[in-house]
Amino acid sequence: MSKDKLFMNAINEGLDQAMEKDENVILLGEDIAGGADVPHLEEANEDSWGGVMGITSGLMPKYGRERVVDTPLSEMGYMSSAVGMAATGLRPVPELMFNDFIGFAFDAILGQASKMRYMFGGKAKIPMTVRTMHGAGVNAAAQHSGSYYGMFASIPGVKVVVPATPYDAKGLLLSAIEEDNLVVYSEDKTLYSTKGEVPDDYYTIPIGEADVKRKGEHLTIVTIGKMLFVGLEVAERLEKDNVSVEVIDLRTVAPWDKDTVIESVKKTGRLIVIDEANPHNNTATDIASVISDRAFDFLDGPIKCICAPNTPVPFAPNLEQAYIPDADKVLKEADDIIFDLKS
Amino acid sequence: MAKEERKAMPKSMKNPETSFKELVDLDVKTSTETKVEDLTKEKSISMYKNMENIRNFEENAKRFFAAGEIPGFVHLYAGEEAIASGVCAHLSDDDFITSTHRGHGHCVAKGGDLNGMMAEIFGRSDGLGKGKGGSMHIADIDKGILGANGMVGGGFGLATGAAMRNQYKKNGKVVVCFFGDGASNEGLFHECLNMASIWNLPIVFVNENNFYAEATPQWYASASNTIAERAAAYDMPGVRVNGKDLVAVYDIAGEAIERARNGEGPTLIECVTYRNYGHFEGDGQSYKAQSGEEKEWAEVDPLNVFREYTIENGIMTEKELDEIREQSKKDVEAAVSFAKESPEPSLDSLYEDVFAD
Repeated sequence: MSKDKLFMNAINEGLDQAMEKDENVILLGEDIAGGADVPHLEEANEDSWGGVMGITSGLMPKYGRERVVDTPLSEMGYMSSAVGMAATGLRPVPELMFNDFIGFAFDAILGQASKMRYMFGGKAKIPMTVRTMHGAGVNAAAQHSGSYYGMFASIPGVKVVVPATPYDAKGLLLSAIEEDNLVVYSEDKTLYSTKGEVPDDYYTIPIGEADVKRKGEHLTIVTIGKMLFVGLEVAERLEKDNVSVEVIDLRTVAPWDKDTVIESVKKTGRLIVIDEANPHNNTATDIASVISDRAFDFLDGPIKCICAPNTPVPFAPNLEQAYIPDADKVLKEADDIIFDLKS
Repeated sequence: MAKEERKAMPKSMKNPETSFKELVDLDVKTSTETKVEDLTKEKSISMYKNMENIRNFEENAKRFFAAGEIPGFVHLYAGEEAIASGVCAHLSDDDFITSTHRGHGHCVAKGGDLNGMMAEIFGRSDGLGKGKGGSMHIADIDKGILGANGMVGGGFGLATGAAMRNQYKKNGKVVVCFFGDGASNEGLFHECLNMASIWNLPIVFVNENNFYAEATPQWYASASNTIAERAAAYDMPGVRVNGKDLVAVYDIAGEAIERARNGEGPTLIECVTYRNYGHFEGDGQSYKAQSGEEKEWAEVDPLNVFREYTIENGIMTEKELDEIREQSKKDVEAAVSFAKESPEPSLDSLYEDVFAD
């Protein structure tokens, strides 16, 4: 069975099925249930918030507070603890409410989890999935809107996935939780209320495989997360000018799927990468670097990286809209590799 | 002020005239105050052997680092042997510890293989980490060693998480988190003590206060006079013990570990100690007092303290102690030979073990 579900419900369903399958899967984070030790909630076995966005709602009543652990506001404490849980055999899924809070908790990933297996000569496993939330678009301002998946991706020992559709959200989450490694699973907060078909059954989507969301011949657009919908809009608009665009949803940012992107570029000869991260040392620049190295002879023009500007995320709605890459920006900034394709 | 008259005078000290000796002795428990009912001969032998192994390991590390044969940094544990030995005597392989950058002692006392440890600090393929971790990252999860840790305070979270796992599994196992005086000023210390307390976790936080975080004195860097008293903020027992007195450490740690095993929650133990050498090898140690009370404290050798105790109490003879010492020297020399004979890691191994398959 498969039916249309909200992106947020796809994540909730994935967590539920992972917890059902494996009693070592433990969720922890701030207000992922909410209302701990509140007598009237305890009596009724009810959670309060179920996560700041309601993503984990209903899991505490089903699995209990032992497995859905509300932590104090101690990002460094519970993220580092999750590493200790993973190193000793559990399969923790900590939630870092906003990826912008990583400053408090970074040692858990940078100093510990990503390096332990290597430093210990292969004698440790860190099966840990950090769920976190990125992205501008809800006027949450500079400290709650950044897109830092690329920063995690730059660290050896970390896998990073960024789903764009409800189907991918559930399948990638279940793969991440099955992994015996640290995976950062980064959710775009503006996608939670989007809908799409999601199978009811447990299924996984391999980490490291991009997905060609639209086939095309003349131009390749690689997107990350919600930028998929920008890429698809560009493709729609260019279709009117008889330009056939291939849109690749990267899905996994680390390790990203070089083969799929290279194959596409060999066919089209032109590449645009759309990444909501800030423009320097991000995933887009990494893709541009690898493709110019490994597929240079197939390129008919420069690779275009369309990213957010090199600024914090602004608050004012008009500024924030200007910050987020959109189809107009892509068509304008990449015009020198597009205009001659139009007919 | 002459060095011998140096006083500990942080602005927060209750008494600005507190001398170094008074600072050492503040609320401290020693073996004259503690009763050890189960200090068997067998236990005494194994603890003394660990102290000797640590001392000999460190003296050899010092020697071969100076000779240029051990690369990188080494932070020696010599002088602090009684703490690791007295605490780990209560633990089995299934009880986890987290260690520090000054971690050789904890790893030896927790059963880390001397050959594998020595090969690791020499950067050789037979090292516990295949030569890819080095001195600050010695680990052996099968022995319950969650790793030495190059991040000061990095062990708090790992230990707390391991304790959460034990509590969830209801397995009766405990976790010991070793950390220095410097780490007690990291935010993670406070976050983890708080979490351990609200969840009543089976964990013991063992502070090794050697009075210097690198070159910065504890009396300068800490608003509280002692580290143990910080336990009060987290509603757990805080005990200060003479960290050069194995019997006292063994006793106090035993009580705390028993409490943790019985589900009675965490304890903070501050072991007052001193390191024989610098923060790292190569440290000129100009911050240490060369005479007076601090120097006297520096010269208290925990190995001798225990030797005297066991002889006086008829637990072991001098001859027996000497035999353990000689055997330890041989074992550690064998570990050095093992390390030197072990090949360098293959270049292929550079790329291995980033991820589990």
